[in-house]
Amino acid sequence: MPAVSKGDGMRGLAVFISDIRNCKSKEAEIKRINKELANIRSKFKGDKALDGYSKKKYVCKLLFIFLLGHDIDFGHMEAVNLLSSNKYTEKQIGYLFISVLVNSNSELIRLINNAIKNDLSSRNPTFMCLALHCIANVGSREMAEAFAGEIPRILVAGDTMDSVKQSAALCLLRLYKTSPDLVLMGEWTSRVVHLLNDQHMGVVTAAISLITCLSQKNPDEFKTCVSLAVSRLSRIVSSASTDLQDYTYYFVPAPWLSCKLLRLLQCYPPPEDGAVKGRLVECLETILNKAQEPPKSKKVQHSNAKNAILFEAISLIIHYDSEPNLLVRACNQLGQFLQHRETNLRYLALESMCTLASSEFSHEAVKTHIETVINALKTERDVSVRQRAADLLYAMCDRSNAKQIVAEMLSYLETADYSIREEMVLKVAILAEKYAVDYSWYVDTILNLIRIAGDYVSEEVWYRVIQIVINRDDVQGYAAKTVFEALQAPACHENMVKVGGYILGEFGNLIAGDPRSSPLVQFNLLHSKFHLCSVPTRALLLSAYIKFINLFPETKATIQEVLRSDSQIRNSDVELQQRAVEYLKLSSIASTDVLATVLEEMPPFPERESSILAKLKKKKGPGAVPVTELEDGKREGGELNGGGDRGPDSSAMATSNASTPSPSADLLGLRSAAPVSAAPTSTGSLLVDVFSESGSGAPSAGVNDDGFLRDLEQPTETSDTLLVEAPGDSDSAPPSTASEDPAPPLPEADELLNKFVCKNNGVLFENQLLQIGIKSEYRQNLGRMYLFYGNKTSVQFASFSTTVSCPGELQSHILPLLPLNVQTKPVEPLVEGGAQVQQVLNIECITDFSEAPLLNIKFRYGGALQNLTLKLPVTINKFFQPTEMASHDFFQRWKQLSQPQQEAQKIFKANHGMDTEVLKAKLLGLGTALLENVDPNPENYVCAGVIQTKSQQVGCLLRLEPNAQAQMYRLTLRSSKDTVSKRLCDLLAEQF
Amino acid sequence: MIKFVLMVNRQGQTRLSRYYQPVALRRRAALEADVVRGCLYRKKDQCSFVEYKDFKLVYRHYASLYIVVGITESENELSVYELVHNFVEVLDKYFSRVSELDIMFNMDKVHLILDEMIQNGHVVETSRTRILAPLSALDTLALS
Repeated sequence: MPAVSKGDGMRGLAVFISDIRNCKSKEAEIKRINKELANIRSKFKGDKALDGYSKKKYVCKLLFIFLLGHDIDFGHMEAVNLLSSNKYTEKQIGYLFISVLVNSNSELIRLINNAIKNDLSSRNPTFMCLALHCIANVGSREMAEAFAGEIPRILVAGDTMDSVKQSAALCLLRLYKTSPDLVLMGEWTSRVVHLLNDQHMGVVTAAISLITCLSQKNPDEFKTCVSLAVSRLSRIVSSASTDLQDYTYYFVPAPWLSCKLLRLLQCYPPPEDGAVKGRLVECLETILNKAQEPPKSKKVQHSNAKNAILFEAISLIIHYDSEPNLLVRACNQLGQFLQHRETNLRYLALESMCTLASSEFSHEAVKTHIETVINALKTERDVSVRQRAADLLYAMCDRSNAKQIVAEMLSYLETADYSIREEMVLKVAILAEKYAVDYSWYVDTILNLIRIAGDYVSEEVWYRVIQIVINRDDVQGYAAKTVFEALQAPACHENMVKVGGYILGEFGNLIAGDPRSSPLVQFNLLHSKFHLCSVPTRALLLSAYIKFINLFPETKATIQEVLRSDSQIRNSDVELQQRAVEYLKLSSIASTDVLATVLEEMPPFPERESSILAKLKKKKGPGAVPVTELEDGKREGGELNGGGDRGPDSSAMATSNASTPSPSADLLGLRSAAPVSAAPTSTGSLLVDVFSESGSGAPSAGVNDDGFLRDLEQPTETSDTLLVEAPGDSDSAPPSTASEDPAPPLPEADELLNKFVCKNNGVLFENQLLQIGIKSEYRQNLGRMYLFYGNKTSVQFASFSTTVSCPGELQSHILPLLPLNVQTKPVEPLVEGGAQVQQVLNIECITDFSEAPLLNIKFRYGGALQNLTLKLPVTINKFFQPTEMASHDFFQRWKQLSQPQQEAQKIFKANHGMDTEVLKAKLLGLGTALLENVDPNPENYVCAGVIQTKSQQVGCLLRLEPNAQAQMYRLTLRSSKDTVSKRLCDLLAEQF
Repeated sequence: MIKFVLMVNRQGQTRLSRYYQPVALRRRAALEADVVRGCLYRKKDQCSFVEYKDFKLVYRHYASLYIVVGITESENELSVYELVHNFVEVLDKYFSRVSELDIMFNMDKVHLILDEMIQNGHVVETSRTRILAPLSALDTLALS
């Protein structure tokens, strides 16, 4: 090997690099770099033509500067010039610069393509490799168009040099990934597969990456690769350690190629051909055997290379999941690694064993290592290894060892790293529920969980424990007793107070016989925590108090006293104040019977998939099931019934079958979208439910003067209703409602629509009969919307039907193409009183649009036809994908969109407060990326996003300039489509 | 596949970076700083594989240099770990006892070597002789 001098001939470069190294501060470095950039710029711009050597030197300097983290916005042309040089070193630097710095949409692509074309036809293998390599790195559409036809030919041609074949394989892989439609493998398939037989190991190594990718996409066409891969693997595995010469790495024959062959086989099920399968099993056995042989070298490289193959072989065995013998051997091998002194091996063994635990053949074998794994959880010094141990314990858990594992996980939680606590909590909660034989154990476990890691116990977990306690009456007394005891602790977590409030409110009577937990003691205990709690918990406690009044009349006076105190009835928080007032009134006016009906015990929850499991699925990690498509959509949860701000205990108002408030909607895993055809409904105000359920006799005199209780009146009694759908004689309804044609949209339809521009969930519409809740999720050009129609009356709706139509404007397009494709199924024609029905709409955005689709709802209420039309809140911004970009890019694109019709601008007065956080939340809700540090004026907001429609993508930029003094905004939208700019501008002007 | 290869010194300065998936410059700086934080302060007895966002980092420590490779799930951790060592051995062979300075001053050659080994995020060549073949040819040319 020649001695290599510093900088190898490019003295200027060496000097520059030395200067940079000698810089004492970051400022000095930046100064030196700026000086050099100025120098290079002047050289490139100068009159004197630069020779190849100088160009190479300067381009090299630019590369170095780029590496240091500085943007390079010139020199591309000089680099392209270097491509046509005949000197290898110059050409190489040119290609390197382009590979590293040119992105796929550069305007230079055409010039680069020309250079590549020349090099590909040069028949000089080193030039060809450089060119192929460049295509593989840039991989743009234009390159694919220019070369996708030629590369397969180069790859399989008999006279192509090996090194060129290697580059061609990887190049084709890149083109296939970026433009699969242009890479037509058809006639080449079999010859590409046969590259697995190539004499040259390097070619096989390169080709296998290509074949693996193609096999994943078209398994059937590439099926023949299985037998070829097996025979190749077999030859490698059985070769002596010196056979493969330079492809042997520390006495291990071709470790990288072996791993890749084993990976390729994991794309397929076990081979059907007996001979092939036999040969493969033999290979796998040999690999397992070799692990037991004494090492051929003491070097760690030897054992690492060997183990790399071993782990890959075990992955394949687990993937096949059909050879009990091999599975058990794999498990034993991993068991050995669990105690190995190399941390890396312990980590990989834990990870691998986790997948092994789910196989029925090896589950028992995995379980025998429980003590080692528990020990790892306790003693490993690396959090990622401990995390793997926790995952494995979770995976190996079953009824036989659940108590031990849960206990160990709980004790680990006390010291666990903060980063993994939440996931641990979820896992403990799931295991405790899944394997609970004895529910008192379950209750203990969850309460312990709250005690140990209360901050990490998410709502799903404590909702779930309540759900289970309510559904199982054998555990209710125990739960009440335990939670009562837990609350004795001087400092207990707020989540404990929530569970306590709920459970004692429901089942406190079960322990009230004991004088130590008499009703008043229970109440005083709960109330002693009240002032330390947040608003939602206090709200929950207030509900528990009203339940106490029902359960224990003797506490009524004390509790009324509390409710009446100024700190409750005049609380500055509206929710708390309202509750205090309503509960106080309820307790004083309602008869015992009415109160008992209103506050009847919670009915059992329908069995659904545990929402905790759903939550865990969203977290990554082994044992997690892939997330279904929409589950991780833009927005989560979202209060469905507009009652979201009522705190998690609206369900506390457990009327016999009313009220499915938002939290329990979550609790029931509504996200999984099981149709809730006859699920109970909730309406905005608690008291509407209360009284409509408790019979029409309820609204008694003396109530009407109370402002809060105005809603109480039965719909029929409201003579001054503003709502056209008011029930009554049909002649009192406007003419349109009598007709069977869909009514024109409501006057307030636009206003309702505007409320949903920046949010996806909420109550779209509500009158005295009907409430319509919406929950929606969007991804790219697709959306899914759940509509919940709640019957607020106690009378059945008949002939209930809904239709969604796209307005006329859309149909007047020249092409008979609707911009939105909305699909849904009809809803059940009968909606019982108090029930809620759900409808799912699947929405596809074909092209941009301005008019929202219309939703028409018709039904009969007491004989009168109700007919109303709303605008569905599907607006163009729902299809935004946020785009992050730097200031420089933003303004460059801003300038590119400078044609007058591309811009829409409005100046308008602020309709709402100009609070920064509120504005930000709205802009984020819009779906765009909110770009920080882009606008020179920090008061302004700029956003960027791409609207995804099926036919095209429309990039949009937004700038909102508030003027706090004048309480005005200037809003500017620029996009590549004039209709989009205008529509967005119109929509947004209503939002601020 | 391999997402990137980084060579970083103990002070956290990037000495070589090669990305096989486009990453915006701004995010690059953040990523490199993050990766350095994630790997440099780990102790010897900690595992060489670090979970980072939705992928993994495999790192190896040599004297003053750290080599960090970002990989997706489809790569075998140990084989990448040894690939790093193979790369270092090739550099060592070419530069006869490679140092951080060799890498700084011969960025183009180091890139060439790396490109012979990994293309487009996949291993293409593992034989040391063949990896060095183009460079050797070049050097002979320069000498003659």
